[in-house]
Amino acid sequence: MNYHEVLYASETYGLIYLMVLFAIVLVYALWPRNKKKFDHAARMPLEED
Amino acid sequence: MNPSQHAAKVHPTTYVVGVALAAGSLLGLLLMAKSADPYMAFHGLLFLLACVTGVFLLIHKHYNAVPTVAADPSKIEYNEGVVKAGVIASAFWGVVGFLVGLIIALQLAFPELNLDLPWTTFGRLRPVHTSAVIFAFGGNVLIATSFFVVQRTCRARLAGEVAPWFVFWGYQLFIVIAASGYVLGVTQSKEYAEPEWYADLWLTFVWVVYLLVFLGTLWKRKEPHIYVANWFYLAFIVTIALLHIVNNLSLPVSLAETKSYALFSGVQDALTQWWYGHNAVGFFLTAGFLGIMYYFVPKRAERPVYSYRLSIIHFWSLIFLYIWAGPHHLHYTALPDWAQTLGMTFSIMLWMPSWGGMINGLMTLSGAWDKLRTDPVLRMLVVSVAFYGMSTFEGPLMSIKAVNSLSHYTDWTIGHVHSGALGWVAYVSFGAMYHLMPILWKRERLYSMQLVSVHFWISTIGIVLYITAMWVSGILQGLMWRAYDSLGFLEYSFVETVEAMHPFYVIRAGGGALFLIGALVMVYNLWRTARGDLRDEKDQITTTRPAAGQPVAAPAE
Repeated sequence: MNYHEVLYASETYGLIYLMVLFAIVLVYALWPRNKKKFDHAARMPLEED
Repeated sequence: MNPSQHAAKVHPTTYVVGVALAAGSLLGLLLMAKSADPYMAFHGLLFLLACVTGVFLLIHKHYNAVPTVAADPSKIEYNEGVVKAGVIASAFWGVVGFLVGLIIALQLAFPELNLDLPWTTFGRLRPVHTSAVIFAFGGNVLIATSFFVVQRTCRARLAGEVAPWFVFWGYQLFIVIAASGYVLGVTQSKEYAEPEWYADLWLTFVWVVYLLVFLGTLWKRKEPHIYVANWFYLAFIVTIALLHIVNNLSLPVSLAETKSYALFSGVQDALTQWWYGHNAVGFFLTAGFLGIMYYFVPKRAERPVYSYRLSIIHFWSLIFLYIWAGPHHLHYTALPDWAQTLGMTFSIMLWMPSWGGMINGLMTLSGAWDKLRTDPVLRMLVVSVAFYGMSTFEGPLMSIKAVNSLSHYTDWTIGHVHSGALGWVAYVSFGAMYHLMPILWKRERLYSMQLVSVHFWISTIGIVLYITAMWVSGILQGLMWRAYDSLGFLEYSFVETVEAMHPFYVIRAGGGALFLIGALVMVYNLWRTARGDLRDEKDQITTTRPAAGQPVAAPAE
């Protein structure tokens, strides 16, 4: 693997990889069914003894 | 007490650890007696003493066993002993680190204070300062708070009984070996990674046990969801292990000598070093302390996290962006241009998650802003988040090549680092320590809230003096370096720029002194709290718990 191949990979697959990961995170965080779980989680520090 | 009764109940790990400590003592003895390198022999002695002390601690622990399971089955017996030890160690190393910082700041203003002795020169004391504040103070705060938070948010006792204590004492041993090495001149000359190969190996071992204790506790959890603070702590532990191992790949001259040679050379070495260096900032000083923020800010404000969804986006984008930002430390060097631009681009993208996180932390106070007036501990936590926002705005700005050409190698960088380290890292740590103290020592409240306020104001003035002095000095320095006269010659000689720095170095040392005094006020307050003393103060906030009959209001959504 030479310099140009590394550069090409980071400019193409690297971009796709990070964008896809970000999309997955957004979908997971904003998925309506997860809302209840996250609302509960937001209160976790307050609920322990 | 009949020893034979206990002997039947000895846990097998006690034997394993005991044998390991005996073997460690022998190794230490061997190095002390046989090594031709006097520094290695000294560190062999330290290792021997540590192992022998470890054997005594193990025996002491066995005969003074505390219950690990609560009598009431609905309750959990949390392991708080190791957290207490961590808070004490944090306070101790904090004062040591700030004091050495003040000494070297004074050395820069008044060079006679180098004393013309090799052990007390700036070059040797500077890593003592940086390691003491980052790794000894910050590291102990992170270990202590992570052990506290993971237990509470998982509703499970910390995994292992000997292992958490091994992590605590093993980490202190690493600090002592590293710091004594610096003073004696043992260093591999990598910034923030100065300890030599044997200290690095020891830290790797301790860190893997730390990871296992943390994962083991997550494994035992009663809560199905892993709270966001634990995600940040886990990212910190895993990434630091990775960074530490890769950046310290080296070959020792011999197994009985301190000197080693790095595996990489030239620009690869530089890139690896700053991949490590910037992620030490990103994962040690940011991700780990964000774990503190996401637990202690909601807890102290008695409000839920403003947006849990934002915290998830904050976490994943922060860790996936930070890891690429390192090359901005190598602008205009032999590093390929595209790699420099890549580092700059990722640094600028970091504005988004950093400010998302800051807004999430600050907005957690919505509906509880009035508490800022009455609770100086919460004030400290909130100001830390504000400083987090400020230094994560400044950092990407400085990573822009055009700005960096002015700021790099000047005091502006030092000012930037300290607005992050004093304003964000230290303040969020102080807030967490003040919050933990009455809980861990089972006291009604802190000894004095007014002293917390005194600490807050003294050190805030100290920080402001420090960072403004460094901004002015840094920009002045950068402009003087790039000034040309009409014939194209440099306008100023280097020593003229050094002379121009002097007043700012004096102001900076003054700011550092105020910060140290503030920390000493804190130590006094914590010590009196531990003793159980209560200062008679009006309008005293007792605990963070709501008074009976005053339920915490649910968020309006």
